[in-house]
Amino acid sequence: MDWTALFLSLRLAAWTAVILLPVAVFMGRFLAFRQFGGKGLVEAAVMLPLVLPPTVFGFYMLVAFGRNSPIGDLWQSLFGHQLVFTFEGLVVASVIFNLPFAIQPAQRGFEAIAVEVREAAACCGMSPMRSLWKVELPLAWPGLMTAMVLTFAHTLGEFGIVLMVGGSIPGETRTIAIAIYDRVQGFDDRGAAIMSATLVAISLFTIAITYWLSARVGRRLS
Amino acid sequence: MTASLSFARRAILVMAAALTVAAGAAHARDEAPVVAAASDLQFALTEIAAAFDAETGMKVRLSFGSTGNFARQIREGAPFEMFMAADESFIADLNSDGFTRNAGDLYALGRVVIMAPNGSTLIPDEHLDNLASMLIAGQITRFAIANPNHAPYGMRAREALITKGIWENLQPVIVLGENVSQAAQFALSGNAEGGIIAYSLALAPEIGPRGSYALIPGDWHEPLRQRMALLGAAGPVAEAFYAYLKKPAARAIMERYGFVLPDGA
Repeated sequence: MDWTALFLSLRLAAWTAVILLPVAVFMGRFLAFRQFGGKGLVEAAVMLPLVLPPTVFGFYMLVAFGRNSPIGDLWQSLFGHQLVFTFEGLVVASVIFNLPFAIQPAQRGFEAIAVEVREAAACCGMSPMRSLWKVELPLAWPGLMTAMVLTFAHTLGEFGIVLMVGGSIPGETRTIAIAIYDRVQGFDDRGAAIMSATLVAISLFTIAITYWLSARVGRRLS
Repeated sequence: MTASLSFARRAILVMAAALTVAAGAAHARDEAPVVAAASDLQFALTEIAAAFDAETGMKVRLSFGSTGNFARQIREGAPFEMFMAADESFIADLNSDGFTRNAGDLYALGRVVIMAPNGSTLIPDEHLDNLASMLIAGQITRFAIANPNHAPYGMRAREALITKGIWENLQPVIVLGENVSQAAQFALSGNAEGGIIAYSLALAPEIGPRGSYALIPGDWHEPLRQRMALLGAAGPVAEAFYAYLKKPAARAIMERYGFVLPDGA
């Protein structure tokens, strides 16, 4: 069992979820409440990672963030090392690739709030921030919870991008999914079996928790 | 309603806090240098790294993959400190573009074998006669080699098959591994009659007992001149490991895995 790889994956998943939580709240809310020209295009762009193969994104990442690119240069001069083949690089890749998993459920959560409720909040003199915190978040939170759990679980399962831009560096970019791939190639069937079973258990547990929580919230709110 | 609102708010706070704690969880950054190595070295180099650790107390981290992919990743800035390629042309190219410290050293000559899993109808022989006759009889359904577009062992396998004159006939049944380890995995998984893989893998205790193999004549393909080099970022531990690979202890392990050592090197 490669614990380093497992903790690396959990850390990657947690960072991705932390960074995407505010993005999910504000993008989800924006897309739910606002109508504007080109909204369909924005929504399509958010959904793009769902249909694009990870290789497309991995290729763009290599080109856009690699040694010879302006972004890669900027990152190098700011932090003294390259973005690709580092943990930070995986976080960036993971955040972008999880946009649909974070924003979609959040948007549905905000869309479920009746317009009268928000109007009432505004009529009571609540500022938009106060209305968000006191009224909208409490109502939309099952959607946000789903967004975070899906993001977390989906990051644990990410493989293609990590393979392309990670380099399988132990403790840095060798996630559990990559470690399993390495074990299979190293003919360590037992190691691969143990790690695969662990991953199944963690993923099942994570998703089961969400269902349980949202059922509980459903009861409390009704 | 108030109760449920505060519960929901608390839940969101707890969720955010838990994620933050998990994300920031202290992680002792492992500073051992990373060695990128061709996957034919999977077992031999793991053993050498353990011996190096036992003898010097210094650790290296090993990353195995296809030589071509590593060369690409090194060009894009991968933080490897040392590169052990399965073919020296990749080192030469990296060197001429300034990615390696120098031209490096030849560390082994690789060989390829034809290997069939236990229970396969294919009987490996050094001149690939059985493979050729089974192929013509339509009895080969799948045959694995490493991807000849970027994996040196795949290139040499292709050359050997061209020498035998069966490369074209093999096209409909060939499966390509991303590197030679994956080719071995495909060849021996029981879903293929066999494949052409690295001799060093066939000699590994994890793989040898899974089938039978025959060494393909070395003059059927270009020599697999395997070269290593320190990269620009190499530190003292990588330098020590590099030097260790030239010592008798490391050489003995390489020899045990079938790596012919270059004369006078």
